[in-house]
Amino acid sequence: MLAEAGTSIPEVPAWRPPSYWPFVAPALFVVSAVIVFPWAFTIWMSLHEWKIGAPPTFVGLANYLRLPRDTRFVESVWNTLLYTGLSVLLPVGLGTLAAVVFNTHFPLRGLIRGLFILPMMATPVAIALVWTMMFHPQLGVLNYLLSLVGISPQLWVFHPATVIPSLVLVETWQWTPLVMLIVLGGLAAIPAEPYESAQIDGATHWQVFRYISAPMIAPFIFIAAMIRMIDAVKSFDIIFAITQGGPGTASETINLYLYSVAFVYYDVGYASAIVVVFFALIVALAGSLVLIRQRTHWNEAGGAG
Amino acid sequence: MTKRRLLNAVGMAFAIFVVVSPAVLFFLWMISLSLKFEVDNATYPPSFIPPRVNWGNYAAVLNSNRFTTYFYNSLIVTGTATLFALLVGVPAGYGLARMRAHKAAGVILIARITPGLSYLIPLFLLFQWLGLLGTLWPQIIIHLVVTVPIVIWIMIGYFETTPIELEQAAVIDGATRWQVFRHVALPIARPGIAVAFILAVIFSWNNFVFGIVLAGRETRTLPVAVYNMISFDQLSWGPLAAAALLVTLPVLVLTVFAQRQIVAGLTAGAVKGG
Repeated sequence: MLAEAGTSIPEVPAWRPPSYWPFVAPALFVVSAVIVFPWAFTIWMSLHEWKIGAPPTFVGLANYLRLPRDTRFVESVWNTLLYTGLSVLLPVGLGTLAAVVFNTHFPLRGLIRGLFILPMMATPVAIALVWTMMFHPQLGVLNYLLSLVGISPQLWVFHPATVIPSLVLVETWQWTPLVMLIVLGGLAAIPAEPYESAQIDGATHWQVFRYISAPMIAPFIFIAAMIRMIDAVKSFDIIFAITQGGPGTASETINLYLYSVAFVYYDVGYASAIVVVFFALIVALAGSLVLIRQRTHWNEAGGAG
Repeated sequence: MTKRRLLNAVGMAFAIFVVVSPAVLFFLWMISLSLKFEVDNATYPPSFIPPRVNWGNYAAVLNSNRFTTYFYNSLIVTGTATLFALLVGVPAGYGLARMRAHKAAGVILIARITPGLSYLIPLFLLFQWLGLLGTLWPQIIIHLVVTVPIVIWIMIGYFETTPIELEQAAVIDGATRWQVFRHVALPIARPGIAVAFILAVIFSWNNFVFGIVLAGRETRTLPVAVYNMISFDQLSWGPLAAAALLVTLPVLVLTVFAQRQIVAGLTAGAVKGG
């Protein structure tokens, strides 16, 4: 007893965190029901030949083996990669420039920023509808604007060669603001000292951007590119509402093909296999972005040393 | 010197104009289309300012196509899915932040990466089996895929920044963990809840893909209804533009008024569901 007291038990009971599981449990149930269960069911379905109306039969990996021989799927993969590549590069480039503009002080900055982010918050289908009218070859306002600068009228989304760039135009218009916000967050976090010393040393605007701003906002540009990639690869509303994958299958991305297989042909087994491969592709693209980032990091260090 | 400053100011004003004009001109053009008579919408070159104003386009949309039904559907689906997400997501964000369960956040990340269509196939089959198709329940439940991850993600981030010392003091004073949450943590987190609420409402309201599969004629939400207008009902631009504007107007108003919260939420997590 005495010996125990000698080991000096603190008078105030120490902070012991309570169990937080009761707080998490309801959400855990919801997440299992709407996220984990669908995933498990999808993997099970992908191993079965199953058209709605007929009973499922186990076919092993047959659905997956069907994919590389399905020319429409292979084509949709290329369309997705082209669409995604352009939909990352353009918004990231323009968004970074816009962030540089918004990083200065000017009157009504808050209001103007509010107007600038409207495209990404607006309902995509409603936006798509108006773009469809603007793309109209005879009456659309875009061809009129082109005629003002002496460019001949285009067929925009009505021609296989121009449909993907036209859709990317909409995507860029819509999502440049998100890139701007992320990069602006990065610019705002840069301390003032490097700029002050650069000014004293007489650096030009370009040098300031190249050697101070650019390296410090690079991580933010990377995050913006990553988010943009994940969203562009999954893009559905805009493409579906404007072209439904057409003309023909010229703008059919994996997501649109997946929709057709699942809810037009009701081939849910095969569609599930597409889901799994699609997800793997997104993870692979994210992984390769991380790799590119690490490589350029290494180069910067090498250049400096 | 002053001349140079003036030149800089003009250059800056021009840069700002170039940056915002695509967004502003687009919405002005949308308004212009929605206010013109069919004849004026079909002229070439197009007229930017309507020669005569036709409010009839809005009247046509509001009176026909069961617009009110679809508006209520949207309200019920978005409202229920958002409130339910707050009910389970706010405590979960609190618990996960206090447990420092960063691995659990990984599940949210997977939800963020997965295409919305992937959830639709299994859940569609489930709803069909349960006989729920034809009611609003399938859409309410599947919208949780959008709203729950947004709320949890934003609340984890928010509770991580609120001080734990107050909660420790409350526990030492004999408060239960529920009282600590209800009376200490929750009041401080109100701004975070506002951000989560606004973003969940917007992304649920805008969702299209779940509706085209799960909605029947009676259970369409507004984005699905407006899409169906292009494909079936009519091809005249005035009413179409008016409908499009009415569908997205609540979101645009919310964006302008809650801009600060939206920017905070998007730069923190950049969450977009579906």
